[in-house]
Amino acid sequence: MGARVITVTSGKGGVGKTTTTANLGVALAANEQRVACIDADIGLRNLDVVMGLENRIVYDIVDVVEGRARLRQALIRDKRLPELCLLPAAQTRDKSAISPSEMVQLVNDMRNDFDFILIDSPAGIEQGFKNAVAPADEVIIVTTPEVSAVRDADRIIGLVEAEEKGPARLIINRLRPAMVQRGDMLSREDVLDILAIDLIGIVPDDEAIIVSTNRGTPAAMHNHSPAGTAYRQIARRILGEDVPLLTPEPQTGLMARFSRWLRGE
Amino acid sequence: MGFLDRLLGRAEPSSRDIAKERLQLVLTTDRTNISPALLEQMKDDLINTLSQHVEIDRTGIELSVSQGRGYHRVVADIPVLRAREVPPPKPPRRTRRTTTSEE
Repeated sequence: MGARVITVTSGKGGVGKTTTTANLGVALAANEQRVACIDADIGLRNLDVVMGLENRIVYDIVDVVEGRARLRQALIRDKRLPELCLLPAAQTRDKSAISPSEMVQLVNDMRNDFDFILIDSPAGIEQGFKNAVAPADEVIIVTTPEVSAVRDADRIIGLVEAEEKGPARLIINRLRPAMVQRGDMLSREDVLDILAIDLIGIVPDDEAIIVSTNRGTPAAMHNHSPAGTAYRQIARRILGEDVPLLTPEPQTGLMARFSRWLRGE
Repeated sequence: MGFLDRLLGRAEPSSRDIAKERLQLVLTTDRTNISPALLEQMKDDLINTLSQHVEIDRTGIELSVSQGRGYHRVVADIPVLRAREVPPPKPPRRTRRTTTSEE
């Protein structure tokens, strides 16, 4: 069967699907897995810039589906991590340029050449989402600890189950431990109580994500930021390693900073 | 909320608690399609039915939809004061059947 196909989706926009796809792709490739990231957000592509590969696009996913290019012409190999490839979305077309069955066919054609195929879903529940989920073996849902994002995640969990792609696993992104502690943000337990779904990772809110996106080098690539570390741990969990899933704690006091320094974070 | 407020027991629920409660309510509606208005209608109907037999404390009624694995259940908590002091309704009087020519 070849590759494991994992679709990253969320319902709500702006919760970190693309960042998650890029970082998991990097972290899995760093573990010597052959990884292809597919940008399924046709018309609003961004995985290319988050991965820092935007200048190397020649052909895109629609060119491949419509027969103007072969798969290997469209795939962009990341020079920093030779096991990592990107299949970019088309920017001048829309979601209807590809159908779910074409997407399944495309991904099946790729399965033998990779260990992992990560699909970055667009926001929403319309055709773009359906395209992204159709070829999936597994689904990862990204949410943030906010009312709107959790509500949309709940809807997506139901849709993923209806497509018989469940049970999906959850990443809680942009958690701010200090806010949780002072009672101003939903906690890990709150979110899991509400969604009743397996958790695969918590990514703390981290300025390093913005800096790494500015540079086009995903945080998981080499820096030791809390978010980059969290993504590397999620990748190890995907690979079946038993990595303890600790809830991030507020790091404010002098002692906390000292212990963080001792742990080399 | 300040330390003094908490000390004096003037604690307001945190925004985290409010968020959780609001989410649970809105997701009940999303998942079941039972709107707050429908729940209110069901509550009225229940009161009407039960009131024929017992007196009810209308201020203490709680009706909610709770979540189980793969199903939902409507949970009604209705405080009963006492049975109605009226004789039970008489059994329906038998009426003689009239045969119709259609038979």
